[in-house]
Amino acid sequence: MAIRLLRLIAFLIAALAFAVPHAAAQTPDIPALVDALGQGSFPEREAAINALVATGDERVPPILQALADGNLYLRKSDAKVVLAAKAGSGFALTNPLDGADLGPAAKAEIDKIKVNNGLRGKIRTAIGQMTLLSPDRTTRLSAAQTILKNADPAMRDLLDKALAAETDPQIKSVMELARAVIVLKTDTTIEDKRAAITTIISHGDRDAQTVLSSALADAPDELKPLIADGLATIARNLQLWDIAQNLVYGTSLASVLLLAAIGLAITFGVMGVINMAHGEMVMLGAYVTFVVQNLIATYAPGLAEYAMAISIPSAFLFTALVGVGIERGVIRWLYGRPLETLLATWGISLILQQAVRSIFGANNRLVAPPSWMTGAFELGGLTITWNRLWIVVFAIIVFAALQLVLNRTPLGLQMRAVTQNRRMASAMGIRTPFVDAMTFGLGSGVAGLAGVALSQIDNVSPNLGQGYIIDSFMVVVFGGVGNLWGTLIGAVSLGMANKFLEPYAGAVLAKIIILVLIILFIQRRPRGLFALKGRAVEQ
Amino acid sequence: MTDATDKFKTMLYLNGVSVSFDGFKALNNLSIIVHPNEMLAIIGPNGAGKTTMMDIITGKTRPDDGEVFFDGKVDLTRLDEAAIANLGIGRKFQKPTVFEGQTVWDNLELALKKPRGVFSTLGYVAANDDIARINEILETIRLSARKGDLAAGLSHGQKQWLEIGMLLAQDPKLLLVDEPVAGMTDSETVETATLLKDIAKTRSVVVVEHDMSFVRELGTRVSCLAEGSVLAEGTLDQVSANPVVIERYLGR
Amino acid sequence: MITQLVLRALDRRAVWVVSALLLVALAIPFANLVLPEGHPLHLPNYAVPLFGKYLTYAMLALALDLVWGYCGILSLGHAAFFALGGYAMGMYLMRQIGARGVYANPVLPDFMVFLNYKELPWFWNGFDQFWFAALMIVLVPAALAFVFGFLAFRSRVTGVYLSIITQAMTYALLLAFFRNDLGFGGNNGLTDFKDILGFNVQATTTRAALFAASAIALAFAVLVCTAIVNSKLGKVMIAIRDAESRTRFLGYRVDNIKLFAFVVSAVIAGIAGALYVPQVGIINPGEFDPGNSIEVVIWTAVGGRGTIIGPIIGGLLVNAGKSVFTGLWPDYWLYALGGLFVFVTLFMPKGIVGSLRSLFSRRKPPRQDNSEPLETGAKDIPIIAEPQPGAAE
Repeated sequence: MAIRLLRLIAFLIAALAFAVPHAAAQTPDIPALVDALGQGSFPEREAAINALVATGDERVPPILQALADGNLYLRKSDAKVVLAAKAGSGFALTNPLDGADLGPAAKAEIDKIKVNNGLRGKIRTAIGQMTLLSPDRTTRLSAAQTILKNADPAMRDLLDKALAAETDPQIKSVMELARAVIVLKTDTTIEDKRAAITTIISHGDRDAQTVLSSALADAPDELKPLIADGLATIARNLQLWDIAQNLVYGTSLASVLLLAAIGLAITFGVMGVINMAHGEMVMLGAYVTFVVQNLIATYAPGLAEYAMAISIPSAFLFTALVGVGIERGVIRWLYGRPLETLLATWGISLILQQAVRSIFGANNRLVAPPSWMTGAFELGGLTITWNRLWIVVFAIIVFAALQLVLNRTPLGLQMRAVTQNRRMASAMGIRTPFVDAMTFGLGSGVAGLAGVALSQIDNVSPNLGQGYIIDSFMVVVFGGVGNLWGTLIGAVSLGMANKFLEPYAGAVLAKIIILVLIILFIQRRPRGLFALKGRAVEQ
Repeated sequence: MTDATDKFKTMLYLNGVSVSFDGFKALNNLSIIVHPNEMLAIIGPNGAGKTTMMDIITGKTRPDDGEVFFDGKVDLTRLDEAAIANLGIGRKFQKPTVFEGQTVWDNLELALKKPRGVFSTLGYVAANDDIARINEILETIRLSARKGDLAAGLSHGQKQWLEIGMLLAQDPKLLLVDEPVAGMTDSETVETATLLKDIAKTRSVVVVEHDMSFVRELGTRVSCLAEGSVLAEGTLDQVSANPVVIERYLGR
Repeated sequence: MITQLVLRALDRRAVWVVSALLLVALAIPFANLVLPEGHPLHLPNYAVPLFGKYLTYAMLALALDLVWGYCGILSLGHAAFFALGGYAMGMYLMRQIGARGVYANPVLPDFMVFLNYKELPWFWNGFDQFWFAALMIVLVPAALAFVFGFLAFRSRVTGVYLSIITQAMTYALLLAFFRNDLGFGGNNGLTDFKDILGFNVQATTTRAALFAASAIALAFAVLVCTAIVNSKLGKVMIAIRDAESRTRFLGYRVDNIKLFAFVVSAVIAGIAGALYVPQVGIINPGEFDPGNSIEVVIWTAVGGRGTIIGPIIGGLLVNAGKSVFTGLWPDYWLYALGGLFVFVTLFMPKGIVGSLRSLFSRRKPPRQDNSEPLETGAKDIPIIAEPQPGAAE
């Protein structure tokens, strides 16, 4: 009931958005026609319905639906037709046309507008006709899906008409499926049914599977093998799509893990610093995104679409600066004592968390996604959301950029030199303190970039970073230290393993299994997948 | 090489040992034999594989290929460091490695040949013999006066001697001694040579050293290693007269 | 051997600590139960379990110190052993509720009735007997430590890697215990305890007894740890801490020794957890939080690792500070704790006890109290300077 009401309201709002300019141009007096629904006998009511349908207005189908569902009432005081929802002991009234609140009413003040079965059928057809032939794509699609769900044979003729007119391939395919399902239900020749089954099988998705398996019991014996075969085909097909969908989920998780871990791969992997405040760098990056978004909304609303483009460098610079500050202030005194850095940076992480909590409050902050990151698209049987896709792209770009920095720039060369032999590097005139600060700044800045991306898919709260720190360490340790490729492979393996385990074990258990597997893996290869070998490593 | 095939009579027998790290061949078909109560000095340039050889003998590194036998019958490639040490192979490291946070006495007590198990160490009570033995070693390495001091406070040369003392306490059959006289004065070097020669009367000793005068002092068989295999072998005079050795190592 | 161990345990410092703890075990209950309410030294009822809680934390810190301070194993998952001991005790306490729960089921604890359990899961059997629960308090943490340590130490996972996988261990347990179907009450954990050994857990006398038990358990842990670190095994542990691979080349089985220390430490932590639960009245999965384990590390570090008294002082001080701080300025506690982490690692790596000791020994002439016999004087004679040829025998 509540859901239906919600859907109705959503419908109303959607309808409103399209209808307002539209309605002004129309001559028929729709409010009057709506009020006419409350008057007279059933035949007169039918006439009123027909008149409403004739207007072709987008606001009509929801009203008719409400009528069929018994939510349309007549207010006795002024003979107006209203939408009523139970609220406490009475009802809350709204205007069926624009959803405006009309205040509460007691049960005695309103009368339900009655419909009989015949009228209900008429209404259904009328709604179907209006929505199936509506110029709006979304309306048509949801209408087609409703018909598929109900599979009412009475809708067949209408469906044929709509099919003939339909051009959108996605809607057309839903309509074809719906039609085939209806054909299966009606009394037609075996040949017709056979054709319908073939149509459904060629559809091959979960809907097709449901309708076929429910059709199996009632089907004539000669069709049963065909349906059974079809079900098997569909099941195989779906299994493939499931694997593909898991690959998509896995890639998405892998990109998140990669982003979260890659900064750590630099500070931990390259410098040997156990940065427990790494998660908080990610968190700071997310808050920078939030601040940038708010500043833009306040001072330059026109730039809202470019907020991301501004957030990315800001987050990088800000967290890199914080990182340099931490390195100069604390970590540089602790080189060669990795366990002490672990404790000190844990302390820093507590301070950063509390600082953010003091400034921004403990609640989640909302970072609104830009329009090109909202929504999803379908690819065969896959649903891919744009934000996940962009995060994958972003992770790849960050990874590639870091490889470039480490392998192709003087800074990268100096970093590697200092990593391999600090004293020799220093003797050759490399300013090792500067390189240390820059390396740590780079690692922290990359964590900030991760924060920008994660602000799109996770709650921006002071605890954001804590959720990623253990996973990040797992990725780096699994992949092996001192090698960005190891981190990439670590992220992909853990992401995929997690998502492929999830359907069988559930999200939490999958995570536990992964943790246990990593603990066992470390036993086999104490230095990760891509460990350096040789004498120097032992020291 | 005499008796190359009769490994049962050897104390240490390396045959065709190779190992590589990430493509770099640290040892290349290395074969070395040490007989009971014999001292062998190994010389060679940096990176010749001397320390890697010791790592392989003591079980720190596994060879890719080749045989390593102790006492003619024990396959060392199958054992770990602790097991090898307990067989009676003692090692002194290139960089003096003593337990700096503990006293000289404790260092020797830890090294003393005694049961090494968890519960036997938990219940260990120093017997009079043990105390006498440690005092004896302290005399030998001339650290009696500093037995209560932390090892961290010793000079470089004293740490070298303490480590030699720890070797003695272990009572091994085979001693691997890596650069024992680095950082010692000339007279200390001479003393160390005397000490090692004395030890070699009853045990086998392998000494790796760069200091030619020290090697001369030892007056024993010499092997020159280069690029992971034996370049020349014989007395010091023979080896240092070898043209290949002169070209690759001595450089004169 | 046994007498030797007992004698070793009773070195001068340990005797001091143990006496102080036994005194406290008497004094606190006395101040609470015997002294009348108006008396200046009277202790209010709420303070007794609070102080008892501090003692169990101090015991946990001591357990960590045995592996970290003496053997170089920085476990970031020690709170897991504490929590497991706590859960074992919690299961006993749950079974003691009997039919007095909200659902009045004589066998099933409330949360199981609520979650539609039909019968007691097999691993809850036996927990109605205290002796069994006591056995599990020791065995469960010991078993986890044994399996985990066996795998990790045998394959030589050391240093940071070990720290990270211990953290992963406690994190995995945290996630597991949050699950309702594991049978440990899920999110809410175990609570609403009524009796322990037939006494009401809420009663002031019971709480005083639990406090005294905590102090005595801590004193006992001090004796065990002292006996270990004063033995030759303790010297080997320190050798492992300072130069692990050198110790191996001396023929010691480093993995076995680490495993021994790890298991003993886990048992001490488990007993501490078991004493903690009846005093705070609840155990839930939050105890497995990796953050908790890291906090234990800072208690130990503040007090002074590698000493017996240090972690006890650290555990008591930091937690008392936390109570005061969160009462007065709740928003600033994390700043204080975070700052403490940074300060201690940067400026006081030896902790309070270690710093005081070096201050103390600098003021006094550097005379080590050496238990070895036959010590003679003449310390400062340079040895290297005068060569004595021929004397090298």
